[in-house]
Amino acid sequence: MNSAPHTRGDIALSVDRLRKAFGGLTATDDLSLEVARGEIHAVIGPNGAGKTTLVNLLSGLTRPDAGRVLFAGRDITRLAAPARVRAGLARSFQITSVFRDFTALENIMLPVQARQGHSFRFWRPIAGDGSLRGPAMEILARVGLAGRADIVAGNLAHGEQRQLEIAVALATAPAFLLLDEPIAGMGLEESQGMVALLQALKGDFTMLLIEHDMDAVFALADRITVLVYGKAIATGTPEQIRNDPAVQAAYLGEEARDMAGEGA
Amino acid sequence: MTALRNPANAFTAIVLVLFAIVPFAAPAIGEPFYVIVFARIMVWAIAAVSLNLIMGYGGLISFGHAVYLGIGGYTVGILAFHGINSAWVQWPVAIGLCAAISAVFGAISLRTRGVYFIMITLALAQMIFFLSVSAEYYGSDDGLNIFQRSDFGVPGFSLEDNLTMYYTILALLLGCVFVSWRLVNSRFGAVIRAAKSNNTRVLAVGVSTFRYRLTAFVFAGVMCGIAGLLQANLERFVSPDMMNWPRSGELIFMVVLGGMSTLFGPVTGAFVFLMLSEILAGITIHWHIIFGPFLVLVVLFARGGIAGLLSPRSARE
Repeated sequence: MNSAPHTRGDIALSVDRLRKAFGGLTATDDLSLEVARGEIHAVIGPNGAGKTTLVNLLSGLTRPDAGRVLFAGRDITRLAAPARVRAGLARSFQITSVFRDFTALENIMLPVQARQGHSFRFWRPIAGDGSLRGPAMEILARVGLAGRADIVAGNLAHGEQRQLEIAVALATAPAFLLLDEPIAGMGLEESQGMVALLQALKGDFTMLLIEHDMDAVFALADRITVLVYGKAIATGTPEQIRNDPAVQAAYLGEEARDMAGEGA
Repeated sequence: MTALRNPANAFTAIVLVLFAIVPFAAPAIGEPFYVIVFARIMVWAIAAVSLNLIMGYGGLISFGHAVYLGIGGYTVGILAFHGINSAWVQWPVAIGLCAAISAVFGAISLRTRGVYFIMITLALAQMIFFLSVSAEYYGSDDGLNIFQRSDFGVPGFSLEDNLTMYYTILALLLGCVFVSWRLVNSRFGAVIRAAKSNNTRVLAVGVSTFRYRLTAFVFAGVMCGIAGLLQANLERFVSPDMMNWPRSGELIFMVVLGGMSTLFGPVTGAFVFLMLSEILAGITIHWHIIFGPFLVLVVLFARGGIAGLLSPRSARE
């Protein structure tokens, strides 16, 4: 799946002094970070730390005030959102953002047709189009929704909609996944399923994972960046982050110290 | 035939059968007047089908769609005024003009969203309306008479024959419904429908929706232009009123009444809207007092329009 060319070192995504302010609020404050190819790089931080803004900046839905974003060595700072997807940078949304009145299968067929080139094809019905259905069914199977293909997305259970959300991103044939809180609002069993899914995808995709669920983060992440008020206050392995006093003070608090104790 | 057990489909079938038999049935029951009424309904139905493409399936509420009726109609009227009666000139020019103007209007208006889109489509359409009002050479407010209908130069096929005119309209209506059916279910249609549902998500799967919406806007403009040139031929008359903003509002209403984003909804919507106003107008000159509240009730209580109201619950899911 990793079709992007190899670049200096093995950096898949590089963010260089990125800055974005909304009025007086600096949501992203001279943020720099690097995501290595193949890793799951988690970004954690308290509410309002600017995590979703970061995903919006990286996916092109929001324009930065300053700074640069390099994807596979290419400067994509000025690239529009659709062009970034075509370059291999796909995203999921924190608030489930699927086509609610499309079936699960139709939700996947749209990104599949998008990656096959333009959609100025006016006459042939998509319903019987094997070149769309085949790949779309494969992706549904990969996230465990094969049996739900013909259910209208709005009628799927919350956990299933979250799976579909990931599947829509996967269907764009990305090299890199920006995942904005994939576990948000899930029950214990569902979130375990999602962690297993992301674990299975690891290796095929580089991932930047925004997540509140610390169990999931520490289970999945190779490296973690801690964001507070738009600034990266620490980046390191889960072990380093657990034991970082600044992180403990700013964010993790008691919970982290407990976890560090268990881990040791 | 099982499809006809759905009352909405059965109603559509009844309307289509009426369209087909009215030229013979109406004179037979001593009401020949209904032939022209039905011809008008079918012309409006074409316009409503075209609006449904962008409004029903694309979520783009154009409040200036009747302008393409005017452009299509005036092209025929003005060319005929200058003695050019050939359909082979009139129709391609009308279609080309509608395509060009809808491309420009779309490129401007599609950069806005929501109420701004509604207002800009209205403003652009009214611009052309005022142009037609101020064109004294072409009759201003009084409009323009058309002394000869579009001439195809084909022996045995003349729009001057009212029956030929009628069935030409019916054939084009069915053609437009068929075209919109293919469009909506194609890859292009999938993008248009998805962008209505969640435009940001379409961008986030790698599709720049603007170009597709603009193309849909042009398709709708051209289809409505065909309705316009048919209306000019049918009535042998064009006037600015055919593209004034109330006409655009009526088109929106026909689509909502019949059922947005259903294939035949705009057809049944145009039928019910125009038949009802015809019948009510025959009962009392104050028919708007009945018609207005009826429209309000439909919007409040029949959100899927006639199609939604008549469909069994299972089919609506």
